[in-house]
Amino acid sequence: MEKETCTFSFCARPEIVEVETDLLLIGGGMACCGAAFEAARWAAPKGIKVTMVDKAATDRSGAVAMGLSAINTYIGENKVADYVKYVRGDLMGIIREDIVYDLGRHVDNSVHLFEEWGLPIWKKADDGFSLDGFQARDAGKALLKDGGVPVRSGKWQIMINGESYKVIVAEAAKAALEYNRKATGVAQNLYERVFIVKLLKDVNDPKRVAAAVGISVRENKVYIFKAKAMINAAGGAVNVFRPRSVREGQGRAWYPVWNSGSGYALGMQVGAELTMMENRFVPARFKDGYGPVGAWFLFFKAKATNALGEDYCVTWMEDTKKLYSPYAEKLGTAIRNHMMMLDMKAGKGPILMNTHTAMAELATKMDAKRIKHLEAEAWEDFLDMAIGQAGLWACKNIEPDKTPSEIMPTEPYLLGSHAGCAGFWVSGPGDIPGAPAEWNWGYNRMSTIKGLFMAGDVVGASGHKFSSGSHAEGRIAAKTALALILDEPNYKPTIKETADQIAAELYLPYEVYEKYKTYSTDTSVNPHYIKPSMLQARLQKIADEYFGGISTWYMTSKTMLEEGLKQLEMLKEDAAKMAAKDLHELMRCWENYHRILSVEAHARHILFREETRYPGYYYRGDFLAINDKDWKCFTNSVYDSEKLSWEFKKVPYVQIIPD
Amino acid sequence: MPSFVITEKCDGCKAQDKTACQYICPNDLMVLNRDLMKAYNQEPDQCWECYNCVKICPQQAIEIRAYQDFAPLGGSVIPMRGSDSIMWTIKFRNGSLKRFKFPIRLTPEGHLGDDPYKGLPEPDFSKLKSSGFFNNPARTE
Repeated sequence: MEKETCTFSFCARPEIVEVETDLLLIGGGMACCGAAFEAARWAAPKGIKVTMVDKAATDRSGAVAMGLSAINTYIGENKVADYVKYVRGDLMGIIREDIVYDLGRHVDNSVHLFEEWGLPIWKKADDGFSLDGFQARDAGKALLKDGGVPVRSGKWQIMINGESYKVIVAEAAKAALEYNRKATGVAQNLYERVFIVKLLKDVNDPKRVAAAVGISVRENKVYIFKAKAMINAAGGAVNVFRPRSVREGQGRAWYPVWNSGSGYALGMQVGAELTMMENRFVPARFKDGYGPVGAWFLFFKAKATNALGEDYCVTWMEDTKKLYSPYAEKLGTAIRNHMMMLDMKAGKGPILMNTHTAMAELATKMDAKRIKHLEAEAWEDFLDMAIGQAGLWACKNIEPDKTPSEIMPTEPYLLGSHAGCAGFWVSGPGDIPGAPAEWNWGYNRMSTIKGLFMAGDVVGASGHKFSSGSHAEGRIAAKTALALILDEPNYKPTIKETADQIAAELYLPYEVYEKYKTYSTDTSVNPHYIKPSMLQARLQKIADEYFGGISTWYMTSKTMLEEGLKQLEMLKEDAAKMAAKDLHELMRCWENYHRILSVEAHARHILFREETRYPGYYYRGDFLAINDKDWKCFTNSVYDSEKLSWEFKKVPYVQIIPD
Repeated sequence: MPSFVITEKCDGCKAQDKTACQYICPNDLMVLNRDLMKAYNQEPDQCWECYNCVKICPQQAIEIRAYQDFAPLGGSVIPMRGSDSIMWTIKFRNGSLKRFKFPIRLTPEGHLGDDPYKGLPEPDFSKLKSSGFFNNPARTE
């Protein structure tokens, strides 16, 4: 195919804005909000500049934009070592225990800050029932940091009134950035609606990151941020596999639909080492609305059964143990999915969450007022974090105390902060006894590329951080990033690319569209280019059919992966002919390019790992069992974005916390 | 779907310094048609139903019509977000109604003022390379 270039002969040339900063925070979600709060405090006395760049409005950006009904990681009265064991069990035995332990020993302070900033946290009343944030305050209940007792839905989860969770956390982050702005005298250090497209290496050191470049989604501007260190917390990848709903309902992804794999793509393109990218998350959620089930299972004690009232985790246990013992017995999330799907394939669906029997059981111990409170708690679980599910229940006349609701495994998602662990290989803290020396290269959470730190969804092999852990991890990364900046005061980030080259690359889809748009009478059907929505549709179809999506019941194999990768190669080539009619579509083009790279990493990792480590999430039909002898190890890879080549290796797993 | 804008109620935020829904949408979906001075959702199939446009609209001009590829018509969920709590009105397809009110925050907006570190310790640079945060050591057990 003929190569397209952008010379601004057809589209408008953007204004170039160059920003020189010290620490750049990429993303505005929980992790970067934590990073901003921690960094600005350390930075002020040293005059270090901290800048945040967010593709949306920070008040409502990232995975917590809608709100949450629970904080899923709060150690509290538990032991950090037990947290590590729980994460290890749920992620089928392979995690970086140094990183998970480090997260566990830090996370509670972030939760304490949230409460001080005004987040309402449920407390246990003297009679054992739950009090919401107002009731707890009015009853004079202590803050968590002063010994207040939260309402635990599970061992690690606490219930909150979290509609404004992100607003509250963003407010502190924005105040911290403003504090830094005044301390350093810069004109601006929070850039909203700027989408980072790629990172650039330092001209003098190919293993160091020097700049992040992106587009404004509001103005005709290209941004070049040069920084001594940066934290990549740009999130996981959603709508990479064909979703179960393919029309307007595809927006109702379980994970936020705007998480476009940017976190993975940004690091991959500068050669940061990945780990466990074969991991994915397939949550079993309320069908179609994808409302949360955690509180129903853990807090309301609801049971999920097949349509005949049978417990699939009992029916299929012996069968499951044959291939997946000793992991089957731990009943992790993947294994429960696996057994649910066996029932579905046997025609015993629909699978039902028996909300009605759970609420009837709870109501036997309550008076009318408490039953009403219980009903409100059940609805709040949706209204805080998956409002669309409440709408679906209203449309279908479902009241949870009267009718059960269907649950279903979703399409796959790639992420590393929830119950998944796909991400980058990063330096550990270095002070956890038993961790191999090579797991620490000086700066905690720094990737294998100098100056490029990771936090939240993109740190690999360490899931189950959730919102609080992502915030804490952003703070950990911020602190060590500042240490690097202070250690090398004379470092000046320098790139080889000119501003014109950068603008031409980023605006190519705009140029292509303007050049060809009049060739056909309908701009959506044109042989010279591909629009971002079709790029996404083809990616989803390839991923679904070849890499183990819903249409094959998550089944794939070497031959299927190899065929799919051939088709993905052509899609990647076609991305050179992406076309954008406006700035919104220009962002969509690059978002979908990020999705393609994320999926490629995922598929190549599945191909490399010759076993089925995550039954219930995906299956290698040619290696259907778990094979601890050969594959209880990390799988690491490096992508070369110039040669378009991959290098893979096994890295030994090391158990630090005994069983 | 997706959020939709009620024609009669939307005034294009002409009295505001920015179009509220366009400012807040996490997925950059809401745009203002400057000829009509009315907002609309430009990509309904990319809408998460996060309700942030609904909550922020000063005219209460935005609502959600449930995704039609799986939701029957007739239900609605309408929020009214105040300074410390939120009221929800849920209307079922069969006409029945439920109302709930939940806390959203225990501090007034802007409570941090211009010093978010009030009452918190100064950083100790001798601990920059150890575990812990500026305000709190990592827990040991």
